[in-house]
Amino acid sequence: MPDQLIWAMEVTLNGLMTGVMYALVALGFVLIFKASGIFNYAQGVMALFAAMTLVGIQEGRIPFAHLINEIFGTEIHHFGWHVPALLAILLTVVVMIGFAWAVQRFIFKHLVGQEPIILFMATIGLAYFLEGVSDLMWGSEIRTLDVGLPQGINGWIDNTTFDVFGYGFFIDNLDISASIVAAILVAGLILYSQYTKNGRAMRAVADDHQAALSVGISLNYVWVLVWSLAGIVALVAGIMWGSKSGVQFSLSLIALKALPVLMLGGFTSIPGAIVGGLIIGVGEALFEFAIGPMIGGATENWFAYVLALVFLVFRPQGLFGEKIIERV
Amino acid sequence: MFYREAGDFKTSYAEDNQTFPIKFDRFRYYAVLLVALGIIPFFINDYWANALLIPFLIYAIAAIGLNILTGYCGQVSLGTGGFMAVGAYASYKLMTAFPWMDMVSVTLLAGLITAMVGVAFGLPSLRIKGFYLAVATLAAQFFLVWMFNKVPWFYNYSASGQISAPERTMFGLAVTGPNADAWVRYLFCLFFVFVLAWLARNLTRGSIGRQWMAIRDMDIAAEIIGVNPLKAKLTAFAVSSFFVGIAGGLLFTVYLGAVEVGEAFGITKSFLVLFMIIIGGLGSLFGSFAGAAFMVLLPVVLRNFMTGTLGWESTIATHFEFVIVGGLIMFFLIVEPHGLARLWQLTKEKLRLWPFPH
Repeated sequence: MPDQLIWAMEVTLNGLMTGVMYALVALGFVLIFKASGIFNYAQGVMALFAAMTLVGIQEGRIPFAHLINEIFGTEIHHFGWHVPALLAILLTVVVMIGFAWAVQRFIFKHLVGQEPIILFMATIGLAYFLEGVSDLMWGSEIRTLDVGLPQGINGWIDNTTFDVFGYGFFIDNLDISASIVAAILVAGLILYSQYTKNGRAMRAVADDHQAALSVGISLNYVWVLVWSLAGIVALVAGIMWGSKSGVQFSLSLIALKALPVLMLGGFTSIPGAIVGGLIIGVGEALFEFAIGPMIGGATENWFAYVLALVFLVFRPQGLFGEKIIERV
Repeated sequence: MFYREAGDFKTSYAEDNQTFPIKFDRFRYYAVLLVALGIIPFFINDYWANALLIPFLIYAIAAIGLNILTGYCGQVSLGTGGFMAVGAYASYKLMTAFPWMDMVSVTLLAGLITAMVGVAFGLPSLRIKGFYLAVATLAAQFFLVWMFNKVPWFYNYSASGQISAPERTMFGLAVTGPNADAWVRYLFCLFFVFVLAWLARNLTRGSIGRQWMAIRDMDIAAEIIGVNPLKAKLTAFAVSSFFVGIAGGLLFTVYLGAVEVGEAFGITKSFLVLFMIIIGGLGSLFGSFAGAAFMVLLPVVLRNFMTGTLGWESTIATHFEFVIVGGLIMFFLIVEPHGLARLWQLTKEKLRLWPFPH
């Protein structure tokens, strides 16, 4: 087999893994958008905030330490204990649920019935706000996150492919575990929304707000629930991206990457988010591999958007989105 | 009492159709012009020009541009930073390729080039609507910034990848470059703000502006009553990009002088201009000015207060700035979704009756 083809296969596999990561972020968007019609730009910052909180709790940092030191002239940094990973994750989930409640109570409760674009802009404001809070709480330095996931090259794949093709593929263990976690998460979400009472309420609200309200479903409760779920998805995405490249500001930018994924898959479809993520991941990896060197590289900055743009011109509602019906 | 229409009679159509039909508005406008042209240029110094006045004027142009597209025509764009970059690089290429060309022509041509790019990226808006379009404009943002970074022709093969504005003079006075006086740069920007605001005002109240608003309110209905959506949307993209391109050109030539594209025209710039029109008021020219003033003034005031008065570290001040800007945006959207322009309108209503509220 020619070398180029083998390399392309490796690139494709790695692209698939990246695509899973994109899909993880996109999933959080879809959850909120389906249930409340809010296009949550803050999803990426939520991932950053969740990962920062996780690291902070794990290392026993004191929240707002910098600020307290600055105001009161003290010198405090750590509580001096280390929290095991699992407990820290649970505590972070509690924080994210509290955050979901606060968002619903203080912001979106007051914006019910506003135009979608106003809601979207409110989430941009929320993103700025949360980013500032996250920096104030935990500082803005790059943190390493380690929750005990396997890292480094996967030896088995390396050996097997070396035997077959005479060239070992480099696949990160972390990417593989991310894919497995993503699969579990999606399966869990689907089961949850199909077979539990809360899940049914969520779907009812997604279908029709007023009808759901009239059969006695509390919109407020469902929205808090959905934001909490999105917070948990953000935490998972934050853990995955954070263990891969450190918890830092650029984590919040993956939200921007999730947008073309959503456009491809359609804003309202969970399978769409997954498939869209995979297409974008593979597409940009292959494009960078095949065409990137010819035109200066770093094409992954924009390729996803242009791909989504071209695609949308032919199919405006995305791959799996509900057909857009417009009436006057 | 202070603001009223009573006793202000019109006896001709020309009077009735003037830009500011109410006497109070008209005099206020003259007063603002008098201060801007007759007083500020004599007292301006480098600090005031660089920290407040010039960025305010330039961002006002950008905000008017985005307001035409988003506020009047209803097409949300997140590509403002990319279009500003087009304006800046077009100015740079024109200035270096045609050294004899005067700055007004350079800036206007840069605006026209940006308008063409804007139309190209506006074409998908005929098929794509709402959020999908907002995300599609991100393609413009990222692609344009990438292109200016990667194609050496745009920055004349300079080693640093930066572009820097050479010195150009008008009427014997340096407008760009390090030797330009604050008042010259200020007046140069003011000239563009004046002309463009006048243009925008008349476009938005004419037939084309009404077409834009019809498209914004409901595009299918507008199409049925005979508005050509192709023409309306593409003209909105063209005019908006023209304004934004001029703002980008001025930002580079007059204000910054040297620019690194990812830093100066990144996605944050797109959001900054978007915030200006949200806080100022969508679909209002006054709102564009108010929003630009607010967003330029706020960081300066906050930073002075926190690092100066309270003596905090600058990093903490920066983080607080994020919290406050984000919080303010949400606060505005909740309390007054129509922005400062609406607040101003309410104030006028109150002033009309003052001091007797009924």
